[in-house]
Amino acid sequence: MTMLPSSSGVEADLEAIVPATESRLRKRVNTVLMAVLPVIAASVVGAVLLGALGRDPISFYANVIDHGLIGSLGRQESLIRMAPLLLIAAGLMIAFPAGIWNLGTDGQFVMAGVVVAAVGPELAPRTSGWVLFPILFAIGFAVGAAWSIVPAVMKAWFGMNEIITTLMTTFLGLSFSALLVKEYFDDPSTTVPQTKVLAVSDRLPKLFDTRVHVGLVVGLVAVLGVHYMMTRTAFGLRLRIVGMNPAAAQHAGMNMKALTLSIFLLSSGFAGLAAAVDIAGVQGVVRAEWNPSFGFTVIPLVFLARFHGPSVIAFIGAFAVLSIGGESASRKADLPNFFVLVLVALMLLFLAVSEYLQAKSAKAHMT
Amino acid sequence: MSDILSTVFLASLLSGGVITAVPLVFAGLGEAISERAGVLNVGLEGMMLSGAYVAFVVSLNFDSVWLGFFAGGLMGMIVSLLMVVFCVRLNTNQIVIGIAITLGAEGVTALLHNARYSDTYPRLPNAEVFDVPLVSKIPVFGDGLFSHHPSAYLAVGLVIGATWLMRSTGIGLSIKAAGDQPHALEAAGGDPRATRTLAVLIAGFLAGVGGAHIALVGAGLFVPAVTHGAGFIAIVLAMLARGHFSWIVAGAVLIGMSLSLTTALQLVGVDIPIDAVQMLPFLLILAVLFVFGRDSYLPAALALPYERDAH
Repeated sequence: MTMLPSSSGVEADLEAIVPATESRLRKRVNTVLMAVLPVIAASVVGAVLLGALGRDPISFYANVIDHGLIGSLGRQESLIRMAPLLLIAAGLMIAFPAGIWNLGTDGQFVMAGVVVAAVGPELAPRTSGWVLFPILFAIGFAVGAAWSIVPAVMKAWFGMNEIITTLMTTFLGLSFSALLVKEYFDDPSTTVPQTKVLAVSDRLPKLFDTRVHVGLVVGLVAVLGVHYMMTRTAFGLRLRIVGMNPAAAQHAGMNMKALTLSIFLLSSGFAGLAAAVDIAGVQGVVRAEWNPSFGFTVIPLVFLARFHGPSVIAFIGAFAVLSIGGESASRKADLPNFFVLVLVALMLLFLAVSEYLQAKSAKAHMT
Repeated sequence: MSDILSTVFLASLLSGGVITAVPLVFAGLGEAISERAGVLNVGLEGMMLSGAYVAFVVSLNFDSVWLGFFAGGLMGMIVSLLMVVFCVRLNTNQIVIGIAITLGAEGVTALLHNARYSDTYPRLPNAEVFDVPLVSKIPVFGDGLFSHHPSAYLAVGLVIGATWLMRSTGIGLSIKAAGDQPHALEAAGGDPRATRTLAVLIAGFLAGVGGAHIALVGAGLFVPAVTHGAGFIAIVLAMLARGHFSWIVAGAVLIGMSLSLTTALQLVGVDIPIDAVQMLPFLLILAVLFVFGRDSYLPAALALPYERDAH
């Protein structure tokens, strides 16, 4: 579990051996290859599986690309899906390099989503968008952050392992949000338990003349902003030191409790903001037992992108295309949507192999 | 009238609690052993699901619950080979691989189920219960605690056996060393990787057996995602137990009872929100942790890859 993008030392070594431009180009090509080859390998295995299930792999993949990337509607859907995923990723890009294993993003996301969905329709008739959206975003961020206070305090003061506590707060959040929707925020005019609907006219403004809402911009800015913060600011450096060597951080006189708290609150706040953006942007409503479990798939993607902002954006973009395109392709092939899960799992495994090979070749270069 | 109701209520609460607890005990014990050896197995849910599916298919075709259990365990172990290759041998990230295993298992079992059983949705016959002599005649408690499929007693026996294994055998010592001081283990002539491999395979087998219990005894069928997050609850239980395997049983029974409380209450006509009841065990555990959990301890090398040349 390397906490830091471990390539920086290798880069320097390489640059000493090979002329700078050539090495940079080679590195770029290498990086792209190491990300693309696993995807190809996973697709090939997926194709074999599709064949075994009696489906035509080529038309399946053509449909994925067509309905997730090329077709205008599908491409817009993919971009819309990216918004919450990017914001969750931004939060994890703060927590993971700092050595905080926040596995509770799904609970934080759903809790924030439910509260935003309950407040939004009440507030919308009374305010204009310029006031409404900042308030909803702030509520989402605050609820997400609040849902990690117990794990944060237990980590900062008692050293309690956060994997246990954040998993438990996820179970709690999923049950509690369902309870809230059924018992307190239920819209009496519908038969299924769900919140009131945020009118389409009260949702986030759209970009140009597409259906993509400004949440995408919020997500992109968040990922790049966090990337900048972690790599270029003193605060980010502190967080990375905490992650690499907590004892050293303490010796250097850092306030570990305050740092741990801020890592938790920022990280889960972004998960809450992700929900606010998704609700105010497209969903408009939350049904009881709603849990898209976005966090669960974003976690490995953030790792594999090594917390590197632009790579995170690329991985999440590819994942969104696969999810959206895969849904239509599965429908057309008369397969349950579960097939997309298999493809994602295969890609994660092959990406891990490529990560292993890269680490190995980096080690070979160093010696 | 009211005492009849409370008898029904208690028996259903206990019995339902045990049925929900048994898979958590199997999988939690496996996870605890794996964690002691330093491998955080986030793929537990996937191993349980694979075990559940294969156990269901085998039991359906060969009409044998025990064969189903064995096949389920074996399947869990086969899936855990991925964990061995990726996390013990190649040292890639344990959380990434764990999530990949869970997603993949969810997808593959659902696809297979869809391809073979989506038209018929077959059910298994009820697994036969074994009445423990004498104690099963105790009113209420006998029915609730001592009238179950034998695998329930096997789970408790395994916990006792594993406790002895960890405390009194060389294998147990090696497993603990692999999680705490892998380099010391190597220096003492042990093999951290082989030890971790063994622990991960045991965890896979037990998770598969736990999943098998859900399909064969708990639900009597397979549907996609039938394990319903049990693997993650088992991870929490294993981390909470921190090597005291008997705590896994206590935690599993607590959670099992809470989950069956709603059914039991509905049986006697009390309708309280299921979601509120499901929160109880976790609120309780968090409260206990908050009060007593100040000396939390986990294996020092948990989730850290072991590399021979690192020191």
